[in-house]
Amino acid sequence: MSLGLFIEQVFNGLQLGMILFLMAVGVTLTFGVMNLINLAHGSMLMLGAFLIAFATSSVKSFGLAILLAMALVFALSWTIEKVLVKYLYSKSHLDQVLATFGLSLFLNDAVIMIWGREPLFVNLPTWLEGPVQFTAEFSYPLYRLVITAVAIFAGIVLWFLLTKTRLGMQIRAGAEKREMIGALGVNINFLFTAVFAMSAILAALAGIMLGPMLSVQSGMGEPLLILSLAVVVIGGIGSLKGALYAAILVGLVDTLGRMVWPNLLGAIVGNIVSNAAIYILMAFVIAIRPAGLFGRRMG
Amino acid sequence: MWTFGAIFLLAILIPLFDHVYYTKLVTRISVFAIAAVSLDLVVGFVGRVSLGHAAFFGIGVYSAGILANLGITQIWIVMPVAITLAAVIGCFIGAISLRTSGLYFIFITLAFSQMLFFTAQGLRMYGGDDGFTLPAATKWFWGFDLSQPRVLAYTMIAALIGVVYIAQRVMGSNFGKVILASRDNPRKVNSMGLMPYPYQLTLFTISACMCAVGGVGYANLNEYVSPASISWIQSGEFLFMVILGSAGTILGPILGAAAFVCMEQVFSTWTEYWMFCLGIILMLRVLFLKRGLMGLITKNGQ
Repeated sequence: MSLGLFIEQVFNGLQLGMILFLMAVGVTLTFGVMNLINLAHGSMLMLGAFLIAFATSSVKSFGLAILLAMALVFALSWTIEKVLVKYLYSKSHLDQVLATFGLSLFLNDAVIMIWGREPLFVNLPTWLEGPVQFTAEFSYPLYRLVITAVAIFAGIVLWFLLTKTRLGMQIRAGAEKREMIGALGVNINFLFTAVFAMSAILAALAGIMLGPMLSVQSGMGEPLLILSLAVVVIGGIGSLKGALYAAILVGLVDTLGRMVWPNLLGAIVGNIVSNAAIYILMAFVIAIRPAGLFGRRMG
Repeated sequence: MWTFGAIFLLAILIPLFDHVYYTKLVTRISVFAIAAVSLDLVVGFVGRVSLGHAAFFGIGVYSAGILANLGITQIWIVMPVAITLAAVIGCFIGAISLRTSGLYFIFITLAFSQMLFFTAQGLRMYGGDDGFTLPAATKWFWGFDLSQPRVLAYTMIAALIGVVYIAQRVMGSNFGKVILASRDNPRKVNSMGLMPYPYQLTLFTISACMCAVGGVGYANLNEYVSPASISWIQSGEFLFMVILGSAGTILGPILGAAAFVCMEQVFSTWTEYWMFCLGIILMLRVLFLKRGLMGLITKNGQ
């Protein structure tokens, strides 16, 4: 294995990690603040990807298309929260799992009704295409670098929002002790809607960025959702710091594993192990620390 | 009770008429009912939401498929192999996931079923992602085999009755009382000097074995083996059957499974977007039908 290949895989791993982080933030925040399990979170990623495909085909400018897609996801998630999700906060986990599972089935088929079963493809603008030449023999696709940069930027914006603004303070307080901030006179309903829409936008951002790399099709968000659930469990549910570290860990373990295991164990077993590696890691973490790496003990 | 008597009689009578579609419908309901009853032991009685029960269903499906590929089709070999495998894997999965509860339990069971899903997907000699056609049906004695719709239907109805009987006996015993007590008040059970964990693990393992029995039937019903039977969508559907019927009752999930299969058939003839309708039904069920179908039949949903 050459050093160049190794570095490339580390970059890929970091990129997957950052995408997972964007997803995991939503999962962990909606659970921490609203006590809601949202299995429809993967559909938000899918909607992001479909809407960028739709937007790039109808708007010339790529930047404008991104804004359009984000605005649509924002409006959609706001509506979904008002119509369905807000009634779920007080329900049992079982009910939440079912209703959001239902929501994701609904959305998955809805996009098939609108855009058909054939996968869509998103064309990159020319200024985002092509590799970046680092050294004579090591180059890396520009678009993948941009994804990582955007994800890190989104992470910084999120950090700023959560630690430096009033809304962020309320969100963190909500994640800490839900009953208290209501008693302090914070408008919980608005706060919850805002958190839900923000989570949806982050997932959609991940979808928008993945759109040009994957084929855009119904159900594309689910594998990433399940990976990000693993991230959240490994990091500790409700912990943002845990989500970040676990996302990067999972991204690296997954990407590097795909390179290492087939070499060590042969094609078939190696393939199985590299697909299951994350879940083995997760089972391992849970067996040692049931509340995750950064989680507080659950009562 | 009358409702169940009528349904049971209908289930017994339908395969007698030579109508393949309805016979298969009864079989499908029985197969899913076995899975739903087994899942309900964990969801309704242990009180933990498992989103990974398709794993055990898939163990049954793949046991039937892989053994048939090796030329072994006798049911008295296939069933015990499936059940033993499910017991071993179920005990392992249960041992880790029962250490947690709530949200963690949901995610971990989901993760384990994903692990099995990817394993099945990685079995390239067995079709990988596409799966494979069941080479030969599982056989009884004297030329009866499960490719005959009527034989399969009665086998699965009998299996369902067996599963319900075992579930009733288990939950009616002192063992079952400990399970219920630890669901309702774990601290009190602890203070009485009982550890809930080994009880819950035993029930989890029993539940896994039952689900695998359903899986063997499912492979024979479809005459096809594919990773889709282990997917999280399948797990979600099982969970839906349990909840639709009402969790915490043994007969409720059977109603749920019957309602699910009937809806699936009806909607599939109307529209190709069955999942779309299912999604709406799921949301409506949670928002409006508080106690499930059992709640409609009996007064308190018990």
